[in-house]
Amino acid sequence: MKQSRSLASGIVALIVATVIFILPFLFIALQAVKSKSEASRLNFALPKEWLFWENLVAVVEARNYQLLLAYFNSTVITVFSVSILVILSAMVGYVMQRRQSRWNGVAQVALLMGLMMPPAVVPTIGLLQSIGLFKTMTGMILIQVAYNISFSTLLYRSFIATIPRDLDEAARIDGAKPWQIFFRVILPLLKPVTVTNVVVQSIFVFNDFTNPLYYLPGRENITVQLTLYNFQSTYTSQYNLLFMNILLVTIPPLIVFIFFNRQIVTGMTAGAVKG
Amino acid sequence: MIQSHPHSRKSPYPFWFFLPAAVIYGVLFLVPTVTSLWYSLTRWDLMTAQFIGLENFRQFFSEPFLVRGLFNTLVYALVTSGLKTVFGLLLAVLLSGQIFARGFLRTVVFFPVLVSSIGIGITFTVMMHPTRGIINEALGLIGIPGPGWLTNPSLALLSVALVDLWKGVGLATLIFIAGLATISPDYYEASRIDGATRRQQFWRITLPLVRPATVTVITLSLIGGLRSFDLIWAMTQGGPGFSSDVIASVVYKQYQAGFYGLSTAGNVILFLLVGIIILPLTFWFNRREVDQ
Repeated sequence: MKQSRSLASGIVALIVATVIFILPFLFIALQAVKSKSEASRLNFALPKEWLFWENLVAVVEARNYQLLLAYFNSTVITVFSVSILVILSAMVGYVMQRRQSRWNGVAQVALLMGLMMPPAVVPTIGLLQSIGLFKTMTGMILIQVAYNISFSTLLYRSFIATIPRDLDEAARIDGAKPWQIFFRVILPLLKPVTVTNVVVQSIFVFNDFTNPLYYLPGRENITVQLTLYNFQSTYTSQYNLLFMNILLVTIPPLIVFIFFNRQIVTGMTAGAVKG
Repeated sequence: MIQSHPHSRKSPYPFWFFLPAAVIYGVLFLVPTVTSLWYSLTRWDLMTAQFIGLENFRQFFSEPFLVRGLFNTLVYALVTSGLKTVFGLLLAVLLSGQIFARGFLRTVVFFPVLVSSIGIGITFTVMMHPTRGIINEALGLIGIPGPGWLTNPSLALLSVALVDLWKGVGLATLIFIAGLATISPDYYEASRIDGATRRQQFWRITLPLVRPATVTVITLSLIGGLRSFDLIWAMTQGGPGFSSDVIASVVYKQYQAGFYGLSTAGNVILFLLVGIIILPLTFWFNRREVDQ
């Protein structure tokens, strides 16, 4: 009896979840392959002819291949900021976890502030202008590092607690310098949490809309999320192309999720529960 | 072999490891945060700042649409965090049981967390269209006249909050699932022998023991709710009128309009709001934890 009841509640849950959580994605996919006039009806009817390729080409070619530039820019920002984040926050997490001192208190307060406080946007723009980093990729990369370093450090700090100090000690007795101990002994052991961190931070940075909106204006600096926002006003009569664009933006996280499901889940909950 | 290196007595965990991170964080996050306190007291064009005292704050609290933004921020944060906590826990309890297709369901509930807010916002804006949107068409089929989800000023903010729930409940669920997994099955077994009903088990065992996860979910979603911008901006841009403006969207609008001092004052109000709500909450939750 217990078996059949769990099966029944499972099936009910499956149906409800499918309707609520999957239908919007199905809606996106359907509109993306329709013709302009069919998509304007905004319903779930199947398209008469499947125009996946035509719509894809139209979106990519739009505004002089703006989408390709946007993917390039978003990829550059993501790759560089996540690489810097990984190294710098692992260094901070390592010393914070290993060495007791009053600097830890300071670092702790800074971490919590970074997790909680919204950034002061206009003063940041003023500052970026005065050091020549406003509207630059370098500025955007460094901003992403500054805003995400707290979460990243928390992940590393709690993981480093599980690595025995004997390893540092052994390396030190062998004559390794501090940076050698860290880069040659500790950092390779952090690989599981680094994978988690890279995946989670990449999704954060790639999906970020607000910060490029403020700090990276200008046509040549367009990012993926901003193209979507701009296309919304351009394509009010071409829903098929708008939804093709949404589909293209949804696919990268989907692929990452399929391959790194477990790492994402541990990363999100570990950071959350500790935070 | 005896080391005679001059640095050999130094700690193997040098403080300079903090330095690169501290410089980037300090310059790009802390410095603007501190200087915002000064700029919020000025009329500012990014070049010269003229001190005008509390004028920006006076303006913020005397313009009805700015006050509305403050009020909306609180409503939005409370509604989204309340709903995420309740639905997150319910889904987690359901998805922790032995049910059919559990792994798949967890995946489906969590996936929207990873999708761009702008993409989700545009999609739901289209689906919530008052006459052509599929939500109202579906409601029409069963004889319910659907409301103007995003066009009715008294409903727009709540509609966005519902989409926020849809997008964010997966993270709350995940945190609750992790919390539920730490509760020993012995408690349920013992209470079952004593004749407790499922309902009693939920209120007397699950809810008290899942408390750390509840605290995390409430705190995280309150912070997220108070700061939220992108979903609201993608769906209503604060409209109709100013009916769904929140502080973060006011800050952006005043920035676009060139009122940099006023925009920064909005930012300072947001700091204070986050601080006033989150710090006592964290303190209170931690103290309760020690008591137990």
